[in-house]
Amino acid sequence: METLPIQVTVNGRTYTAEVEPRLLLVHFLRDVLNLTGTHIGCDTTSCGACTVLWNGRPVKSCTVFAVQVDGGEILTVEGLERDGQLHPVQEGFWEEHGLQCGFCTPGMMMTAVALLNENPDPTEEEIRKAISGNLCRCTGYVNIVKAIQYAARKMREGATVHVGGA
Amino acid sequence: MIPGPFRYRRVRSVDEAVALLSQLGTDAKILSGGQSLIPMMKFRLAEPTYLLDINAIPGLDFIEERDGMLHLGALVRESTLERSSLVRQRYPILHDTAEVIADPLVRNLATVGGNLAHGDPANDHPATMLALRAQVVARGPNGERIIPIDDFFVDTFVTALQPDELLTEIRIPAPPPRSGGAYLKFERKVGDYAIAAAAVFLALDEAGRITQAGIGLTNLAYKPLRALDAERALLGQQPSEELFRHAAELAAQATDPVSDLRGPADYKRAVARTMTLRALRRALERAQANA
Ligand SMILES: Cc1cc2nc3c(=O)[nH]c(=O)nc-3n(C[C@H](O)[C@H](O)[C@H](O)COP(=O)(O)OP(=O)(O)OC[C@H]3O[C@@H](n4cnc5c(N)ncnc54)[C@H](O)[C@@H]3O)c2cc1C
Ligand code: FES
Ligand code: FES
Repeated sequence: METLPIQVTVNGRTYTAEVEPRLLLVHFLRDVLNLTGTHIGCDTTSCGACTVLWNGRPVKSCTVFAVQVDGGEILTVEGLERDGQLHPVQEGFWEEHGLQCGFCTPGMMMTAVALLNENPDPTEEEIRKAISGNLCRCTGYVNIVKAIQYAARKMREGATVHVGGA
Repeated sequence: MIPGPFRYRRVRSVDEAVALLSQLGTDAKILSGGQSLIPMMKFRLAEPTYLLDINAIPGLDFIEERDGMLHLGALVRESTLERSSLVRQRYPILHDTAEVIADPLVRNLATVGGNLAHGDPANDHPATMLALRAQVVARGPNGERIIPIDDFFVDTFVTALQPDELLTEIRIPAPPPRSGGAYLKFERKVGDYAIAAAAVFLALDEAGRITQAGIGLTNLAYKPLRALDAERALLGQQPSEELFRHAAELAAQATDPVSDLRGPADYKRAVARTMTLRALRRALERAQANA
């Protein structure tokens, strides 16, 4: 069976690996790199639990092959914290109780990070639109929206880490 | 779910893609956004032995207006189309369409070329392109050919593209004065395919009469539909609510939906009528604002 060499920067660290072309990005992250923060929910491109940033844009990692991201940059939830400091989006989910079971949370946060990098001051409607590909079965979304608003305020207020920008 | 094994090649030019397609025949498939193909491969509904990834081909993601046409490169992402100010101002019907395709995550990868090449009657761009009388540009071993959109959709998941052809570009006639279009989709939830959707494009003369009418319908037959009788009923007429109701009824009669999870056939036909009516009204508003 054919394998191909790939080189991918994940959360700032460069990895090389030999992979089968059919290996999905989410399996590469979870099973090869042991980065299990990225979840698999539906496995059918519907739920967004597997969302990661690929060159700054949020995508469903269950619907991308690892070979496609060769030469690219991936950011997962594990890459949000810097030097023991939570990312403002993580802090927002904590402060505003933006989760219950937490299954959707890593994907939800990655989408939020990408949104705030593009649009530092989103309206509630813009937030709701941006997260419309990330399903949550627990919260009813109200606190998720608040968490993202918290992060937006915090990031606008200043001196914030800017990770995952395009 | 793990797809079947395949070989992968990242192609760097249109010529390389076409050469490999000719060499590999029906074993090979183009990988564009992958947002239809990869799910199908995971379900093993598609088992290509070779994937040719076209994403690294430079210069296939243009959105530009020249020579009286809008030119869209095959690799334009839905998210790019959605954010384009040119599209928003001059082709709001395309903005309407991109905005309701799948969800924002899927739209970050999904391409306009893939949306047409997939030949799925549930996809949203086909109806819009039918209403706009688009042309599809394909490159094969013998060069380029232009396929009028009316000849492009052949059957469910079957288009006029040959196995050795690459869709490179979509061309849309620039809107004349006093014209406007709109796309209206009714869906169960964000990210779902349409229960029914309608694309309408209208152009008016100075006296306000309809000189051009295009109506495309989504997910209402085995392939994307153009509502020809409804278009004919509109031509040469002064727009009125009564005329629009009549045209919407004719459009609904042209449909042949199947009963499924999204509802019984009669219901879908009724939704098709309503979506067509609303799209007609909005297209007219835009055409009048564009005088
Ligand atoms: C959850 C979900 C919801 C969705 N909802 C919608 C929706 O509401 N409306 C909608 O319209 N779509 C929807 N889609 C489909 C999505 O828009 C797809 O991206 C699109 O149908 C295909 O585009 P792609 O670039 O991803 O193509 P791919 O998946 O890469 O390719 C699709 C097919 O087209 C062929 N192909 C692609 N590009 C070319 C080319 N340039 N030349 C020749 N052949 C080519 C491929 O070989 C393949 O057979 C949804 C998808 C998902 C996963
Ligand atoms: S696991 Fe990828 S979208 Fe649900
Ligand atoms: S917190 Fe449970 S799915 Fe969102």
